[in-house]
Amino acid sequence: MKYFEAIGKYFLMIREVFSRPTKWGIMKNLILKEVDDLIYGSLGILIFISFFVGGVVAIQTALNMDSPLLPKYLVGFATRQSVILEFAPTFISIIMAGKVGSYITSSIGTMRVTEQIDALEVMGVNALNYLVFPKITAMLLYPFIISISMFLGILGGWTASVLGGFSTSAEFIDGLQIDFKPFHVFYAFAKTVVFAFILATIPSFHGFYMKGGALEVGKASTTSFVWTSVVIIIINYIITQMLLG
Amino acid sequence: MIFVENLHKSFDGSPVLNGISTSFEKGKTNLIIGQSGSGKTVFLKCLLGLFTPDEGNIIYNGEAYAEMDDVKKRDLRQDMGMVFQGSALFDSMTVEENVMFPLKMFTNNPISEMQERVDFVLERVNLVDAHHKFPSEISGGMQKRVAIARAIVNNPKYLFCDEPNSGLDPKTAIVIDNLVQEITQEYDITTVINTHDMNSVMEIGQKIVFLKDGYKAWEGSNKEIFKTDNEAVTNFVYSSELFKKVRQMYIEERN
Repeated sequence: MKYFEAIGKYFLMIREVFSRPTKWGIMKNLILKEVDDLIYGSLGILIFISFFVGGVVAIQTALNMDSPLLPKYLVGFATRQSVILEFAPTFISIIMAGKVGSYITSSIGTMRVTEQIDALEVMGVNALNYLVFPKITAMLLYPFIISISMFLGILGGWTASVLGGFSTSAEFIDGLQIDFKPFHVFYAFAKTVVFAFILATIPSFHGFYMKGGALEVGKASTTSFVWTSVVIIIINYIITQMLLG
Repeated sequence: MIFVENLHKSFDGSPVLNGISTSFEKGKTNLIIGQSGSGKTVFLKCLLGLFTPDEGNIIYNGEAYAEMDDVKKRDLRQDMGMVFQGSALFDSMTVEENVMFPLKMFTNNPISEMQERVDFVLERVNLVDAHHKFPSEISGGMQKRVAIARAIVNNPKYLFCDEPNSGLDPKTAIVIDNLVQEITQEYDITTVINTHDMNSVMEIGQKIVFLKDGYKAWEGSNKEIFKTDNEAVTNFVYSSELFKKVRQMYIEERN
C-alpha cells in the first residue's frame, strides 16, 4: 500500500513540475547550471568507464573464442553489440543513478532540511517547477553523452583488441560493420531518453519529500539510488521486449 | 490584521492545535510563545499556508485563506515575508542574490531599480559590505539580518519570524528584536514572531499569545504579562529567578 501511495505521489509531483512555470529569465540560468552540474560534470567518469569497459568487453570476447573456425571480426561485432545495446544506455545509466541521482537527492534533501524549500513555497514560488524542471530539461542532453560513451566504448574495444593482438584493426572494423542494424541505435537512444527522465525525477522525488535531518538526507540518497536502478532495470526490460522482442 | 478562528490541527490522530482563536494586529509585533512542543511552529506554519488546518479559519484581509483560489493564495504569499529559524538562505547564492530573489521572481523592474532596492534594504538591516559573500561566509547574526532583508525587500504586508533569536548571543538578539520592531512600525506591517526568548517577550511583545499543549492559555501585552496571575503563564515566563525579580520590581514600582 505504501508503494502505491508513493507511486501516486510521484505522478502528482510530475504534474506539479510542469505547472506554474518559473519566469524564463530565471529558468534559463537554472537550466544552464544543471547542464554544467549533471551533464558536463559527469563527462570525466563517463569517459573513463566507457573506454575501459569497452576494452574489457573486447578482451573477454576474444578470450572466449576458443574455436579457430570463429572469425576474428567477431570481437568487433560483439563489442559493438554489447556497447550500443546495453553497456552505454543501461550500464552507464545505473552508474549515473549513483553519480547524478545521489547529487540530486542530497542537494534537494538538504534544501528541505534547511527550510529553503519552505522559503520558496512561502514566497509563492512553485518549488517543484523551480527545482526539478531545470534538471529534466538539462537531462535532455543525456543521449548526447551516451553517444560519447558508445564511441569511447568501441574505441576502447578497438584499442584493447589491436594492442592485445586479439585481432587486426581491419578485422575489428569489419566486425563493427557486419550486420549493422540502425534500428538498434534508435532502440538505444529511445531507452536513453526514458532513463534520462527517470534519472532526473526519481532522485528529485526522494529529496523533495524527505523528512528529518542530515542522517535522513544520506538515507534518502541511498534509497533513491536503489529505486532509480530498480526502475531503470524494469523499464529496460519492458522497452527491450516492446522494441526488440 | 490576521484573524484566527477555532484552529485545529492534528498529525496521525494526535492533536497539536486545539481550537485556537486570536488576532494579530497591524503595525504591531505579535508574539506566539510557549514551551517546546506547545504547537507554536505548527501554528505559524498554518498561518503561512504550509500546513492545512483540519478545522477553523485563518482570515487575511477579511477573506478566509481556505476559501481563496490558487491565484489569490499566490498573490497573498507574495505579500508575506518569512524569517526562518535557520535563516533558510539559498546557499548557492550570494547575500545580494538572496535578497534580490523575490524581486527577480515577482517583479519586472529593471535590474538597476532592483539593485537600488537591495542596497537600500541591506543598508536598513546594517549590512553594507556583505553583498558578494555567500551565507556560509557570514555569521549567524548576519544571516538573520540577510533573512530579514529578503523578507522585507518586496514590501510585504505580513512578516513572520520563527524564533529569530535562536542561536544568537544576547546582544545580537536585542539588535534583531529592535530591527524587527522598527521595521514593523516603519512599514506598518503585521508581524508575527514565534519565540521563547523572554527578553523578546518583555521588550517587543506588543501582543502576546501564549500556547500550552496546543491550547491558547493566555493573551495580552508585555505590560499585562507582568500583572497576570495565570498560572500557566507565570510558570513559563517567570521560571527563572531573574525574571521573578524583574516582575517583583515592576509590581512594587506600580504600587
